[in-house]
Amino acid sequence: MTALLEATDVRKTYGDKVVLADVDLSLEAHDVVCLIGSSGSGKSTLLRCLNLLEDVDDGVILFEGDEISDPRVDRRGVRSRMGMVFQAYNLFPHMTVLDNCTLAPRRVHGIPKDEAEQRARDLLGQFGLADQADKHPDRMSGGQQQRAALVRALCTQPTLLLLDEITAALDPELVGDVLRIVRELAEQGTTMILATHEMAFARDVATTVCFLDQGRILEHGPPATIFSNPREERTRQFLARVLPAS
Amino acid sequence: MSATDRSWEPSARELERRAVRRQRTRRDVTVATVALLLVLGLLGVGITSSPGWDSVRESFFNWGEAKASFPEVIRGFGKNIVIFLVAEPCILVLGVAVAVVRSTVSPVMLPFRVLAVVYADVFRGIPTILLVYLAGFGVPALRLTGVTTNTMWLGTGALVLSYGAYVSEVFRAGIESIHPSQLASADTLGLSRWQSMRYVVLPQATRRVAPPLLNDFISLQKDTALLSVIAVFEAMFSAQDYNNYHFNYTSLVVAAVLFICLTIPLTRFTDWLGRRALRRQFAGAR
Repeated sequence: MTALLEATDVRKTYGDKVVLADVDLSLEAHDVVCLIGSSGSGKSTLLRCLNLLEDVDDGVILFEGDEISDPRVDRRGVRSRMGMVFQAYNLFPHMTVLDNCTLAPRRVHGIPKDEAEQRARDLLGQFGLADQADKHPDRMSGGQQQRAALVRALCTQPTLLLLDEITAALDPELVGDVLRIVRELAEQGTTMILATHEMAFARDVATTVCFLDQGRILEHGPPATIFSNPREERTRQFLARVLPAS
Repeated sequence: MSATDRSWEPSARELERRAVRRQRTRRDVTVATVALLLVLGLLGVGITSSPGWDSVRESFFNWGEAKASFPEVIRGFGKNIVIFLVAEPCILVLGVAVAVVRSTVSPVMLPFRVLAVVYADVFRGIPTILLVYLAGFGVPALRLTGVTTNTMWLGTGALVLSYGAYVSEVFRAGIESIHPSQLASADTLGLSRWQSMRYVVLPQATRRVAPPLLNDFISLQKDTALLSVIAVFEAMFSAQDYNNYHFNYTSLVVAAVLFICLTIPLTRFTDWLGRRALRRQFAGAR
């Protein structure tokens, strides 16, 4: 089976500061990759590089067999096949949830209005937001907004979903709602890369866990190995701090 | 960070990518230059090949007349600058005062709030040129003792009243754009209404409205020419005066060039200030 996404030797710097170095990442369809590591370790930057919000300074990123790190690549074409959800939801506040969810399908993918709205309503229903479709985002709770943002990303039927610490801005009670949905998506076979601080969730849902430290993937493997028997001392220290003492 | 970073050399692929980016930059620069020259060239040819171009050049763009009228026009232009420099601080004070009064909530302030609203509505509604006329010719006709009859200062007063109304609305928009949570947090610290306005709301509001504010001031710089209608010998009036004696409009073009020289630096400064504010507000966020 060929890799859906393959990053090799990815490097990203801001001035003198090296944010990512020698990052290799490979995933196949239906994989769920969790990026873990302390704040500033480069998780978000890596996601933004994969989505071409940032240009890499070296290395190659292949997506569906094409090199997307080439400057000549059609960025909008790449992004129309990749979904991204942000920590701060980033819903458009001047539109209803339904309009948020049908904007890209209608304007980018040329799907007729009725069809786009039907698909959005189906997904909103699945995520327990059927009665929120005609509201504006500011009238909803954080958890509802984040679920709406997930629906917006899914409405274009992306082959890969990038989730950037999507539960970090939510209070603990609402985190569960959002994670339950991500878990359902994983079970349906959605391919995802998540940057996350939810270790229990990563352990349950991930097919691969990558531990990032100072811009490098220090260690990666199945969650059972990373969480129970990490190879690196640095990983052990990190896990000891974030996992509740058992 | 670590030793491997210092030894990092760009890969062949990265070097190739950089070459592609450089090539694209070169192509973009070439396209931009060609497009610019083409459009400017077409405009130039279009204007100079018009049937009346020769007489227009003679009566509007005559170098000899420009040199001859320059001393008179620039002397007038000094007055424009004085009017602007006097009016601007007065407008700021008036604008802030009216905006602050309009955002008060205490019942005692109601009459002042009403006055502020009436002032803003009336003076934004009257064309500035009419205000200048009324102040310049109407006020001296009242024969009030102790009030100047100098049309330059009366006209400046009219500009202040007119622009004060606009600027007060700019400030009010800024004040209302400050999130209520800021007021709440000032309240919890025990600050009075006035103190929260003075130390919390106004500083943030001013920063936010600086670009539209400067925009109004650029407009004011030009509108000092309106005082020519009440025979203040500023640049516009001096240029007309020259034209009356020499039957050549080049003096007006000279005045226009002087105004441009004054407004462009402020325009660029406004742009720069706006970009800097954006950079600060959205530092690292995208």
